[in-house]
Amino acid sequence: MSNDKIIEVKDLKKHFRIKSEGATESTSLLKAVDGITFDVLEGEILGVVGESGCGKSTMGKTVLRLYDKTEGEVLYRGEDLFAKSEVQMKEMTRKMQMIFQDPYSSLNPRKKVAKIIGQSLDIHKIGTSAERLDRVKYLMEEVGLNPKFRSRYPHQFSGGQRQRIGIARSLALQPEFIVCDEAVSALDVSVQAQILNLLLDLQERHSFTYMFIAHDLGVVEFISTRILVMYLGRIVEIATKEELVNRHVHPYTKALFIASPVVSPRDRKEGKHLFQGDVPSPINPPSGCHFHPRCPYAVEKCKHAYPPLKEISPGHSAACWVVQNDI
Amino acid sequence: MNQHEKETLLSIEDLNFSFTTQRGIVRAVRDLSINIKKGETLTLVGESGCGKSVTAHAINQLNPMPPGHVDSGKIVFNGTDLLTLKKSEIEALRGTQISMIFQEPMTALNPVFTVGSQIADVFLTHQDMTKQEAMEKAVELFRLVKIPAPERRVHSYPHQLSGGMRQRAMIAMALASPNPGLMIADEPTTALDVTIQAQILDLLQDLKQHIEMSILLITHDMGVVAEMADRVVVMYAGRKVEEADADSIFHNPHHPYTLGLLNSLPSNKKYKGARRLEAIDGTVPDLLTIGEGCPFANRCVYQTGECSRSFPKETIISESHSVWCHNYQAVKTENRQ
Repeated sequence: MSNDKIIEVKDLKKHFRIKSEGATESTSLLKAVDGITFDVLEGEILGVVGESGCGKSTMGKTVLRLYDKTEGEVLYRGEDLFAKSEVQMKEMTRKMQMIFQDPYSSLNPRKKVAKIIGQSLDIHKIGTSAERLDRVKYLMEEVGLNPKFRSRYPHQFSGGQRQRIGIARSLALQPEFIVCDEAVSALDVSVQAQILNLLLDLQERHSFTYMFIAHDLGVVEFISTRILVMYLGRIVEIATKEELVNRHVHPYTKALFIASPVVSPRDRKEGKHLFQGDVPSPINPPSGCHFHPRCPYAVEKCKHAYPPLKEISPGHSAACWVVQNDI
Repeated sequence: MNQHEKETLLSIEDLNFSFTTQRGIVRAVRDLSINIKKGETLTLVGESGCGKSVTAHAINQLNPMPPGHVDSGKIVFNGTDLLTLKKSEIEALRGTQISMIFQEPMTALNPVFTVGSQIADVFLTHQDMTKQEAMEKAVELFRLVKIPAPERRVHSYPHQLSGGMRQRAMIAMALASPNPGLMIADEPTTALDVTIQAQILDLLQDLKQHIEMSILLITHDMGVVAEMADRVVVMYAGRKVEEADADSIFHNPHHPYTLGLLNSLPSNKKYKGARRLEAIDGTVPDLLTIGEGCPFANRCVYQTGECSRSFPKETIISESHSVWCHNYQAVKTENRQ
């Protein structure tokens, strides 16, 4: 892993205008991603973890410009993605691909598998049709599918096989950077293990850079080299895996680790210090630090001002007034 | 606590349950026997299609029949075979002694009635109570399941509650009986975020301290098993393949599938610093074409010729531990420390 930045995200915001509950005219703002800054380094697996509604998927899609931004910048090897024309952007998408969560809804049920995997080759007019077919067969083998099945439809495959189809599709254009959005969440645990191994094999073979978005801390902890934790549209903590697992400091990160189920009945603890309360709605997040109503360490300042993401040791940043000792 | 001295609350004996489909007969549950003792938490664990939910739903006859049918077997609850009961009799049991909580509380609750009135309904149907008394009981139960501001919350509609609160309301409803003997929890935390899941599991553990009830917990998640189970039944493609106390399942597994499930978990401590998981190859067999042999044979690294011919008989490892595998002795038990 080098320290070259493949992606730079600078103060990125993505807000959605939505109809407020019960109202007909007025709208409110859902701040799905609300000012986040981080880099993705070449060759790393950056895990992004957080609970529903924290904005992790929106962030992944905005980084690939599948969504338009509200504010901020995304640089791909120094080039501003949102400054690109449509034609230029089409070229860029060859380098950046996505693997989706649901292998049922992300594959067109009316297209044969060869067509689904080869579609991007068609769009970019790469090679002759014979060459494209060869490439599709090669890709199917690479992800562990029998190329003989290329004329089948998605419904003829199991969930795990469908996820392999989605992975083959994302590899077709030989990308450099792949966003895996809950890529194993819908799978049974034995199949999930197969797909995690496949993603790691592919990364080694092609030196991909992954952004691996998931809600499951166990999965993120296993696959990632660096981990970013999100809560209600913001980054609360980011560090290398070792550092984050062993020396996390943000109260929300602590809450996530405490809440994760034990791996053996021998590790059961009575009276765990669980954090109470629900994840608030991102439409009207709490003032100040969004986590303060659930945070046992919150002080007066946390209710009024959102803490900046600050480096607390080399490569390890957290957004918490208490941790930063600035109260 | 010595589980062996406890009375059996529910026993399923040699249950065979199948569904008639257009493509043929699916044998969803085969020769299944399980016992739940008073006060214990038994978890049924397995992946999609292993028959764990069908088993749970067979107890209070919630499987659609037809296309489902019981081919043979008994389900004995407190001395009565539930499969011989009339519809009205089983309905009476559902609200009084056997309750159920589901994976998705939003679809399990009626969206057009307040949660309080839905709980009050349970009292009104099964117990002699006035409406006001029933509502007061509902508030009491909301307090028991730690819903903040219960007096106000009973008047909420399901959509006005968060996922975690809805699941608490479901649990409150399950407790709305004079003696909740058995609570069947079908993937109760699967749809919830991890911090909320932890709260709900904590609540269930807490309730068990105060209320004498047994829990039949259906889950695919070994983490939930590790947190909750007294005893564990591992199912695969309709069959029970291993049964043991929770500690033995995690630290001394004897079935290749149980071992495979544990090895599939990225959080398994053996993977500290590792870059690959020991995954189980292949996929679950099609229940339509499955033969008489061990259903796991096609994915099993220990399989021998015998495995595809016959399903193994029970081997008793210890008083609290049994396995159904021809080659269990060959299974390398890489116990997790």
